[in-house]
Amino acid sequence: MRIMQSSYSPRYILGRIALYGAAILLALWTLAPLYLVALAAFSTRQATFQWPKPLLPTDFSTDTMQFFMNTRGVLDSVGNSVIVALVTIAGSLLLGAPGGYALARFRFRGKEAISLGLLISKMFPTAILAIPLAVVFLQIDLYDTIWGVALVHIAMALPFVIIVTAGIFVGVPRDLEEAAQTLGCNRVQAFVRVVMPLALPGLVAAAIFTFVISWNEVFAATILTLRNRTLPAQVLTALNDSPLYYRYAGGFFMIVPALIFIFLIRKYLLNLWGNISR
Amino acid sequence: MAGIHFQTVRKIFGKTTVIKDVSLDIHDGEFMVLLGPSGCGKTTLLRCLAGLERVDGGRVLIGERDVTDLAPRDRKIAMVFQSYAVFPHLTVFDNIAFGLKMQNLPSEEIKRRTHQGAELLQLTDYLKRYPAQLSGGQRQRVAVARAIVMQAAVLLMDEPLSNLDALLRLQMRAELKRLHAEIKATTIYVTHDQIEALSLGDRIAVMQDGKIVQCDVPMNIYDYPANKFIGGFIGTPPMNFLQGAVNGDGSVSVGASNIAPASSLQAAFAARNGQPILLGIRPENLTLASAQQANTISAHVLVVEPLGSHKLLTMQVGAEMIKVSVAPDQSIASNQDVWLHFDPEKIRWMDAASGEAIR
Ligand SMILES: Nc1ncnc2c1ncn2[C@@H]1O[C@H](COP(=O)(O)OP(=O)(O)OP(=O)(O)O)[C@@H](O)[C@H]1O
Ligand SMILES: [Mg+2]
Repeated sequence: MRIMQSSYSPRYILGRIALYGAAILLALWTLAPLYLVALAAFSTRQATFQWPKPLLPTDFSTDTMQFFMNTRGVLDSVGNSVIVALVTIAGSLLLGAPGGYALARFRFRGKEAISLGLLISKMFPTAILAIPLAVVFLQIDLYDTIWGVALVHIAMALPFVIIVTAGIFVGVPRDLEEAAQTLGCNRVQAFVRVVMPLALPGLVAAAIFTFVISWNEVFAATILTLRNRTLPAQVLTALNDSPLYYRYAGGFFMIVPALIFIFLIRKYLLNLWGNISR
Repeated sequence: MAGIHFQTVRKIFGKTTVIKDVSLDIHDGEFMVLLGPSGCGKTTLLRCLAGLERVDGGRVLIGERDVTDLAPRDRKIAMVFQSYAVFPHLTVFDNIAFGLKMQNLPSEEIKRRTHQGAELLQLTDYLKRYPAQLSGGQRQRVAVARAIVMQAAVLLMDEPLSNLDALLRLQMRAELKRLHAEIKATTIYVTHDQIEALSLGDRIAVMQDGKIVQCDVPMNIYDYPANKFIGGFIGTPPMNFLQGAVNGDGSVSVGASNIAPASSLQAAFAARNGQPILLGIRPENLTLASAQQANTISAHVLVVEPLGSHKLLTMQVGAEMIKVSVAPDQSIASNQDVWLHFDPEKIRWMDAASGEAIR
């Protein structure tokens, strides 16, 4: 009955129009640049400089993309990026998940301070940290290695991983773990057999999100490496002295993986934030 | 074999002592009900026995074994949680078999015992389902089955029926009683439902504010509550209380009338000459009388509620209100003035200040 009434009320219709209008504007705000970049990346070089720009792919070509892919260092940097991201995921989850578990399950002195400290540490600018880090890395032979970059990425992702996994573990009722304990599990077995399976979707989401953090990180990666660059660092340096069409290709190459990741985790995203705000 | 002994067990959360030096001995094979209002510490006491809480004082023994410092899995107990705690990622079968698998039993035996447990609780048709596909009552039965197949000598149940509707609850209550007769595990059953306690318990331990205030067989708890709290907590409706004062001759004046205590109490009353006292009596132990006689008090009928098996009357005695239960065919109407007869043998007298029963 309510639905019938409201769907006929002009206020309701106006409200829906306003809502969808706003949603469309918001979507255009993000989609338009993406579309233009993609369009330019798959057009001929000349088309990049045309004015007014054609809004439809009139002269489709993969020349620029191929040229970009074949540039020395690009494919290597893709490999570097993947390795750094995977190491970051493994490291930050191995270190962060137990921390999150502790925050979720145990009461201990200074717990609030630690939670707050985790958030505050996210406010510390990488720019200030990067130069001293470069110096230290030079001293201990970590400079210009992907391991050094991974280490920094782990440090950057760790607060995020701890907070998110704490939210995930809070969502697993303590009762279930205790029930497992009365049924013959020790603490580790209870964790592996009951908590892990239930937390897995959340943990996977956290892992993918960590991947995105690492994949997109450019500042530390640029400062801490010279030749062994990750993709964003490589692209950033290359873009500074390349023609416009090359930049579009690079930009497109960076955007696509991020889009794929976001697409894959979209279901978990709400879950993730819902848990944190608890 | 597996009696349970709490020896001055104490549990402190922060600054509040939740379990206050509780001592309780439960015989092997006994069905002990822990009864008390919400927040009195029933779950906490159970968790101390299960090893899920570390005690801050005292010892816990199962059989002759001191288990105070053992992990839950080393205590040989099975527990049904207040919240069921059924594993949502496992099927009914895997839930019931969980504890057996942890013992690394041969898969044939696991299968056999799981099916046996499922049959006992009428879950055979649901073995392949996940908990989310079950009703609340079915989930609760999974939790009970999971605990029972362990064949532990000690079975702990924390309000396992609290989330069920009235009918299912009645059904499960009988089921549990039958089950206990069958498996004979030493059982502690937590509830704040006094009907459940009376119907199930070999004995009932009544808890109040972190202490056990009375532990006895159900009928004694009902007929001879140790204090005003228990009398007022058990029974629907609970015990009535009236203010009185002890006279020089050992009788008690209640309002304008006199009541003579049972002869066995005369010595205790002689010492209380002139003191205020509390009269406790159950609604079904009051009878209507047509005229004033010994041990009657005049009362005014306020409300008459026909409840099928009996009529419940709300009456005014002096300034106080009491409930009286009479036969369904008793002719009575509101606004009537009647005489109420008090059976001296059924009266529970209590100290007016402390609420403790006078014996
Ligand atoms: N982990 C805890 N931390 C602090 N206080 C607690 C904790 N667990 C229980 N309490 C407190 O201890 C008291 C007893 O709790 P308990 O759960 O044993 O009550 P209960 O008798 O089982 O109640 P109910 O019938 O509602 O289940 C309560 O006042 C509760 O607030
Ligand atoms: Mg409880």
